[in-house]
Amino acid sequence: MTAQSAPETSFLFGRLTLDAIPYHEPILVATFAVVAVGGLAVLGLITRYKLWGYLWREWFTSVDHKKIGIMYMVLGLIMFTRGFADAMMMRLQQAIAFNGSEGYLPAHHYDQVFTAHGVIMIFFAGMPFITGLMNYVVPMQIGARDVSFPFLNNFSFWMTTSGAVLVMASLFVGEFAQTGWLAYPPLSNLAYSPNVGVDYYIWSLQIAGVGTTLSGINLIVTILKLRAPGMGLMKMPVFTWTSLCANILIVASFPVLTAVLALLGMDRYVGTNFFTNDFGGNPMMYVNLIWIWGHPEVYILILPLFGVFSEVTSAFSGKKLFGYTSMVYATVCITILSYLVWLHHFFTMGSGASVNSFFGITTMVISIPTGAKLFNWLFTMYHGRIRFELPMMWTIAFMVTFTVGGMTGVLLAVPPADFVLHNSLFLIAHFHNVIIGGVVFGTFAGINYWWPKAFGFRLDPFWGKISFWCWLVGFWLAFMPLYVLGLMGVTRRMRVFDDPSLQIWFVIAAFGALLIGCGIAAMMTQFAVSIRNREKLKVDGDPWNARTLEWSTSSPPPEYNFAFTPIVHDLDAWWDIKSHGVPRPTEGFRDIHMPRNTGSGIILAGFALVAGFALVWHIWWMAALGLVGLIGGAIFHTFNYDRDFDIPAALVAETEGAYTRLLAKGGLHA
Amino acid sequence: MSTPVNLVGAEGTAAYYNLNEHAHPEGYSTMLGFWIYLMSDCLIFAILFACYAVLGGNYAAGPGPKDLFELNLVAANTVMLLFSSITYGFAMLAMQRNALRATQGWLVVTALFGLAFLSIELYEFHGLIAEGAGPWRSAFLSAFFTLVGTHGLHVTFGLVWLTTLLVQTGIQGLTTANRRRLMCLSMFWHFLDLIWIGVFTVVYLMGMLR
Repeated sequence: MTAQSAPETSFLFGRLTLDAIPYHEPILVATFAVVAVGGLAVLGLITRYKLWGYLWREWFTSVDHKKIGIMYMVLGLIMFTRGFADAMMMRLQQAIAFNGSEGYLPAHHYDQVFTAHGVIMIFFAGMPFITGLMNYVVPMQIGARDVSFPFLNNFSFWMTTSGAVLVMASLFVGEFAQTGWLAYPPLSNLAYSPNVGVDYYIWSLQIAGVGTTLSGINLIVTILKLRAPGMGLMKMPVFTWTSLCANILIVASFPVLTAVLALLGMDRYVGTNFFTNDFGGNPMMYVNLIWIWGHPEVYILILPLFGVFSEVTSAFSGKKLFGYTSMVYATVCITILSYLVWLHHFFTMGSGASVNSFFGITTMVISIPTGAKLFNWLFTMYHGRIRFELPMMWTIAFMVTFTVGGMTGVLLAVPPADFVLHNSLFLIAHFHNVIIGGVVFGTFAGINYWWPKAFGFRLDPFWGKISFWCWLVGFWLAFMPLYVLGLMGVTRRMRVFDDPSLQIWFVIAAFGALLIGCGIAAMMTQFAVSIRNREKLKVDGDPWNARTLEWSTSSPPPEYNFAFTPIVHDLDAWWDIKSHGVPRPTEGFRDIHMPRNTGSGIILAGFALVAGFALVWHIWWMAALGLVGLIGGAIFHTFNYDRDFDIPAALVAETEGAYTRLLAKGGLHA
Repeated sequence: MSTPVNLVGAEGTAAYYNLNEHAHPEGYSTMLGFWIYLMSDCLIFAILFACYAVLGGNYAAGPGPKDLFELNLVAANTVMLLFSSITYGFAMLAMQRNALRATQGWLVVTALFGLAFLSIELYEFHGLIAEGAGPWRSAFLSAFFTLVGTHGLHVTFGLVWLTTLLVQTGIQGLTTANRRRLMCLSMFWHFLDLIWIGVFTVVYLMGMLR
């Protein structure tokens, strides 16, 4: 495994040999044992309760945007746990590797851990979280019955999952990249990374990237074409607006990632010289290109959550959102500006003072629309009747935390300051400050806010609050020491330290991470307790007395979302309906045309996974098999013209009637 | 912002719910979606063009465009692709007239032109590699082979798609779904033409001037 020369290849197995199984690394063996036992237990339970058919019919092959959204969230949570385990390992290593101690992680392993942590958290936790929320909520907010391309939606999800599976496979078969999460060449070139780690990186991101791009196209088209009558662009809920902008960014930036990873792959597989040190290659080209994707990417992650915070603030303050128009324009400004700042990730490259100044200024300018948003949220709360439910708590925690992270970002935007702080733990603290404070807190606000809609019962507030406080305190404990260390000049990705005076800060950070771990455990408990007490926590369609259309249906919503498409007269469409006392239609139901489930998505993504794995290991016959399966399967799928069915009016009447009776019994809103 | 009318009762329901709606027609959003996909693909080419622009002068003491490119060959190749676009246009005109046989005939002609284009390109690549100017020789050649090759790969994919549609129109005729698919492939085919004009200009013509 540690050999630095390219291994032998055979026809049947390519580079794959028994040595690729890391049975001599006890940590990995123990991990494998836990995963294997846990996995077998889950599979066993599914088999025992005969759930395979149910899962296949109702979930895996489903083209329902709500179910796909939930599956994205499950994927995100699983991968988030894995990414957090990596984080814990790093914190523990750095807390003990002092005074001559090497810690417990050898360099070969430690470098994979920090690479995997970054890759997983961005691509396989953050992206599924936002895609899941957008998938679930956007069609309902705009009064649609599904996305524009329901099959493509299912395929996108499974492609993302295939990428995640490939990353997980690298844990037990071979190794992952040891390059840092963006795999800069020349380190990631064949000359310095001859083994499979970088190949796992390339192919998992390429496969998942296809899914992300397609889902971006899908959601843009959905938002532009499937809005309910009357919902002009300036009557779209803010979450839909931020989703639209995030998806535009996805489509405008993920192809760049696809291209640049393809070029890195060419360097590694064909022997081209794009990013090599010799034969005219230019490694800085890679750094430029990957950040042209990478900077929009962080806005792809945060924008939808800005939308979540807007919905939550307005709903829990009982007020219309303050400054809707400025909120939309701020979102659009951020979308455009996010494209003009990429070079601030490498001020030290030596582009010269004018170039650095340009990018420093554009970076600082982004804080203006972001600041406008924060003031809008604050003014929405001002004179509002605020309810401190969990979504609102996460939102307030976000406002404080994110503002601090934003301010350290403006510090880093000053090129001379960046020359001192770049590549230090100050930077690490900064981006965790905005990503945890923004993306993670926002996801949790979103989960607590929309869970009752998705499942028909609230999340348990007691365990939710424990989780909230563990997270909040844990975050500040874990990352404030990193600011201090960064200012003292400690660089990122270090495995051992010479200066014993630094240790106390790392111990505090490790303790903070432990507290975050308690927060995660409390959240899992919250889910479990809530599911157990679901009868007691049961709610009707609109438990928060909220304002947008998704709350006008029953919880969980019927498969077709809306028996009759709502007509929109006002920004807060559902609030408008409620305040005018408009009665729900209770008769005259019609057949509803819906897309049919299909297994094509999971099968095609399976072929992509096979091809990806084979390419990693140079098993060419298997790669060809996977690609032929993928293309042939896609063609085969196009021969099926029968993709829709009608939900009969009688069934719609029955479903709606049941909800009408429930509402009448409870005497609830509407 | 809210409507000033009093909307209680059945009238309100009718004002707030579309009680008489019809499902969106089949393929309602496909064209917009396909346009956006094409733009995302265009970005991939943009990156490859950018790489060529940056690395195109890095010959690493190897051959440059003047030593390698045969403009006559490339001109012939360009003609093949441009003709294929015209014939695809004829196929679409035939489709508008609902003439299945003519549509298929022009599609076959398009495919033949496409095949000719690919063959000439492969011949050119083969020649370059044979004289020691493969993609690994220099960053210039890496960028050249990748840009031109990616375009060629797209043409190959277009040919597979075209063949599929020939079969599907053979089975089903010019149904709404098949017309939509032919429209998408038409956009894809013309898009590749457009990219090729960029390749011809930036890589070959400007390369000769370098």
